[in-house]
Amino acid sequence: MAAPRHRRRGFSRRVQYGLFAGYVIAVAGIVLGAGLLLLSRLDPRAFGTLRGIVIDAGAVVSGVGRSGVNAVRDAGEAVSDYFMAGSENAALRSQLAAQRRAQIAAKAVAAENARLKALVRLQENLPRPILSARLVGSTPTGQRRFATLSAGLAAGVKPGMTVRSPEGLVGRIYEGGLFASRVLLLTDGEMAVPVRIVRTGNPAIATGQGDGTMEIRGLISGGRPFRRGDLVVTSGTGGIFFPNVPVAVVLRLRGDRAIARPLADPARADFAAVYPVYQAPIADPPAPPRP
Amino acid sequence: MIGRLHDGFTDRPPLRVRWVPIASTLIGSAMGALPVIATEPIVPPFGLMILLAWRLLRPELWPAWMALPLGLADDLLCGHYLGTAVILWTVAFLLLEWVDQLVLWRDGRVEWAIASVAIVTIGAGSWLFSQPSGSATSLLVLAPQTVGAILCFPAVLRLTAMLDRWRLKR
Repeated sequence: MAAPRHRRRGFSRRVQYGLFAGYVIAVAGIVLGAGLLLLSRLDPRAFGTLRGIVIDAGAVVSGVGRSGVNAVRDAGEAVSDYFMAGSENAALRSQLAAQRRAQIAAKAVAAENARLKALVRLQENLPRPILSARLVGSTPTGQRRFATLSAGLAAGVKPGMTVRSPEGLVGRIYEGGLFASRVLLLTDGEMAVPVRIVRTGNPAIATGQGDGTMEIRGLISGGRPFRRGDLVVTSGTGGIFFPNVPVAVVLRLRGDRAIARPLADPARADFAAVYPVYQAPIADPPAPPRP
Repeated sequence: MIGRLHDGFTDRPPLRVRWVPIASTLIGSAMGALPVIATEPIVPPFGLMILLAWRLLRPELWPAWMALPLGLADDLLCGHYLGTAVILWTVAFLLLEWVDQLVLWRDGRVEWAIASVAIVTIGAGSWLFSQPSGSATSLLVLAPQTVGAILCFPAVLRLTAMLDRWRLKR
């Protein structure tokens, strides 16, 4: 089939000028768009109000659909549970016995821990969440990894705050509307979390890769600091994230770095808790020099 | 204005004729509001696909600057830095004007090929524009989404053609 000759200019001056004006406006728009892009790269908080309104509007749609998705998933799990009931029952029973033994051991450790802490008069500022809210949606098409939280500036959520679920760290509040806010997930490329390897206590830094995993780099050079199955938790270095929140588990090694999977799956977390920005306790400031 | 052709088809009540393409593209962009929480980009960029389908089916429908507001809406809905889709979609429209002059024979497969090139290029462009300054994410992250988008495109083209027939129905 021959292409339709749609853009035929003909002899009408009006059509010709209109076509030309369209191109001029398009090129001017591209220049304007480049300016917008530069502005939002340099200041990610720019146009916060406009973005906030869109986040709020999107959360209304997602929030309604979310319950439907949950219902479908739960129904699927309920059906598959029936098929697996027998073998799962046996497995769970043995697991329960093991857990019970572990719990007794943990209680002993906790008691000893409390005694030792009292002994050294360790002061702890344990985090307390500001609120809990639902994760209702995300941006599954875009290149950034955001989830939508159903609480916004009106509820006291502010950009920079930490979001976690019972399983571990979920992310950080990036921007907010009045009733909903965007959470920067751990897997976004912009995310960097100072962490600590539980097994050795070595400090490391975990960055998102955009593909559902994180890359962990050791801060101490040399050697092979990671092993498969290593758990990393936040170290609290530099503030923002409270220490000892589980972050990820190492899947495989790549040279002296490790690829890890975040422990908290935001798709399964019904609720996430928002914590204030952590400020590391400051030791006594050094005394000013005396003349 | 190019969109105003007095050929008896566009003299419909203008609401449906004018707004069905715009609304369907916006709904495609709003697929990002699907209530799934993804830790990697898996859902194809439906906004871009519907936009390309309209542009390929009805080249005379929109002037080149129409990609500006639609791109801005897509940026807002998808959480990209503002300006990403504004730039990429408008550049794509201008290039498509040139491609229209270039390609003399058109059929479904040629349009599929054009759209595939556009989807891959725009995907890579938006990946480039949303690179954070500190670290780098791999370009391979795009692969599942892009393959899905290319495979879905003929279906989207059909859907758009159906919408188009409904839009111009007497």
